[in-house]
Amino acid sequence: MKKNVESIFEQYPKSGRPDLIPLLQDVQESYGWLSEENVVKVSQFLDIPVSNIFGVATFYNQFRFQPVGEYHIQVCRGTACHVLGSSTVLKEIEKQIKVKAGNTTKDGVFSIEIVACIGACGLAPVISVNGEFHAKVTVESIKSIIDSYKTIEKK
Amino acid sequence: MSITIEVNNKKIEAKKDETILEVLNKNGIHVPTLCHIKGMLPDGACRMCLVEQKESGKLITSCSAKVYDGLEVLTHSPKVTEARKVIVELLLSNHPDDCLYCVRNLNCELQTLSENLNVRERRISGKKNQLKIDRSSPSIIRDPEKCILCGRCVRVCEEVMGVSAIDFVNRGNQSYIGVAFDKGLNISSCVNCGQCIVVCPTGALTEKNHFSEIIQALNDKSKQVVVQYAPAISVSLAEEFGLPIGTDMVGALNAALRKIGFNFVFDTTFAADLTIMEESAELIKRVQENKNLPIISSCCPSWVKYAEEFVPEFLDNVSSCKSPQQMMGSVIKSYFAEKSNIKKEDIYSVSLMPCTAKKFEAQREEMTTNGISDVDAVLTTRELVKFIRLYGVNMLDIEPEVADSPLGTGTSAGKLFGTSGGVAEAAIRTAYYKLTGTELLNFRIPEIRGFKNRKEAKIKIGDLELGVAVVNGLGNAKKLLDEISAGRSDIHFIEIMACPGGCIAGGGQPLNFDQEAFKKRAEALYMIDNNAFVKVSHKNPDVINLYNNYLKEPLGEKSHKLLHTNYTKRNVLK
Ligand code: SF4
Repeated sequence: MKKNVESIFEQYPKSGRPDLIPLLQDVQESYGWLSEENVVKVSQFLDIPVSNIFGVATFYNQFRFQPVGEYHIQVCRGTACHVLGSSTVLKEIEKQIKVKAGNTTKDGVFSIEIVACIGACGLAPVISVNGEFHAKVTVESIKSIIDSYKTIEKK
Repeated sequence: MSITIEVNNKKIEAKKDETILEVLNKNGIHVPTLCHIKGMLPDGACRMCLVEQKESGKLITSCSAKVYDGLEVLTHSPKVTEARKVIVELLLSNHPDDCLYCVRNLNCELQTLSENLNVRERRISGKKNQLKIDRSSPSIIRDPEKCILCGRCVRVCEEVMGVSAIDFVNRGNQSYIGVAFDKGLNISSCVNCGQCIVVCPTGALTEKNHFSEIIQALNDKSKQVVVQYAPAISVSLAEEFGLPIGTDMVGALNAALRKIGFNFVFDTTFAADLTIMEESAELIKRVQENKNLPIISSCCPSWVKYAEEFVPEFLDNVSSCKSPQQMMGSVIKSYFAEKSNIKKEDIYSVSLMPCTAKKFEAQREEMTTNGISDVDAVLTTRELVKFIRLYGVNMLDIEPEVADSPLGTGTSAGKLFGTSGGVAEAAIRTAYYKLTGTELLNFRIPEIRGFKNRKEAKIKIGDLELGVAVVNGLGNAKKLLDEISAGRSDIHFIEIMACPGGCIAGGGQPLNFDQEAFKKRAEALYMIDNNAFVKVSHKNPDVINLYNNYLKEPLGEKSHKLLHTNYTKRNVLK
């Protein structure tokens, strides 16, 4: 259920700087991303300059500044996946859908996010699309995975 | 409490609670720093100030580590110098190699460090970050590729200015400094004060330059190019030409500007006097009507923008007077143009200011009449020095000249605008005279002179006890305004300057100068005042003429049209 920012603020009655990250997490959970409008609201609510908040939020991978695509691809960059080539996997995905990690395609269909460890090291390198896991992906298999979502989209 | 430490095998005295760096500096031992700003809390981020703790062989940051009895450090051991050198090499590995084309060439801390550490080859190379230059602001250009992430700009903007327009973005080797949501500085809360430029060690922050437009105008036969210079300029040039800091170079400056080809040379001090005539009348009126008090000075364009963004509830308190630069601009294109039979379209008006925000101010919409801006181009003191060199003028061998009439005479009261407290002092001198018919004793208000963040005085004018406050640094201004919002009511007049120390320490002034230099410049201004024959704006003969022949009276209809303005609340990303 999507809560608006104002009702999220109500959960932080004695707000201050330490509430910044939990608050941003709540906003992101509810909206799927951090819009400029909402960050400005957080800034006014906590009385922290927007530049500071943007600085904090961009420091962590978990925050997004674009709405997620219809298909949200999470690429695991944990240790096991890294050892088994997740960086080439990521590059290939970026190449296929033509946006960098953290971004969403212009048509709003795909978005990529880097995650630290999905907790499925046995499946490394692993990606998840809208929660659906794809195990032991390779540069070759990526195209067909992405194509399969493109076809669903067309239908 | 005094303790003894050993530096480079020599015993020296130190005070408990001092940092190692402070002790080293006091004893004339130079350790390079990058992220450190004197007078602010240590950051310890850049690691340039490392020293070796002799006993353990550990490298510690001298800016943040405190001394203790028996501490032994080496400041230039092989281990230390190698570490510093590697830091510089790493910075260079992500830095553009275009020193020759950089505004900071020969005046860059990164260059100096690599020279002093004898960096002679590129040992570390890697992919450099590619980042966009932000040219959106009318005053400031940011080139994040030249940034070495020392963070000094971020701290000044937050801690001194209370603005926080910029901050670190991203993490690790992807970090850069920018505006929230990667927007341009022009839509941020930046007040264009330029203090970030002053602390920037490299060419990452510079002012927007207008040389080519000015040169074009100078070469255009159909244009009359008029120049004005701010009160602080004449005492801020000397060191750049090898003379003692604070030497007044006004005569040489007039001559140099004529040599360069400016058709008319005017002194903004004249307009400062004019500002005082209007502002003191406004002060008296508001006190008598008990309305919109305290009145707050409006000479500093950074403060004005700050008010529009952060404290719009005080906009009715801000004096409606244009700043001296803009009054001068407006008088040049009206009174002067009419008097000299020059069409105002044919005038190109340049101003020389110790300030980067004046560039912003000159292009404000309120500062144009029928689409023609009152001031066409603004150069900072730094740019003026370059301009003088560009034209090959030898400032040390030049016959002094006086400025042109009718806008070339200023009193020493107007000259005081250049330092913190000067506007208030000049305004009170004139208000005192207007209210009592006699001059203020000795003309001086010592309580509001000097470099403190905030200065206050109570001045008896007849039955009235006039409360005056002077603040510099916008962060400090905010504190005072908070007190006033909370009910403080003993203050009638506030002078606010964004830059700590006022215009002599402005964001457009020559780089690498410290508090001592600022003090000398301020002393020079007070010396000019001591020696001056006319110390009050209301006795400026040219100002009196301007009122008699043209404006009629302060706050009159014509003054209102030409010399006053209004402000509006601004919505910016803040
Ligand atoms: S010019 Fe002043 S307000 Fe703008 S970013 Fe620099 S320090 Fe901050």
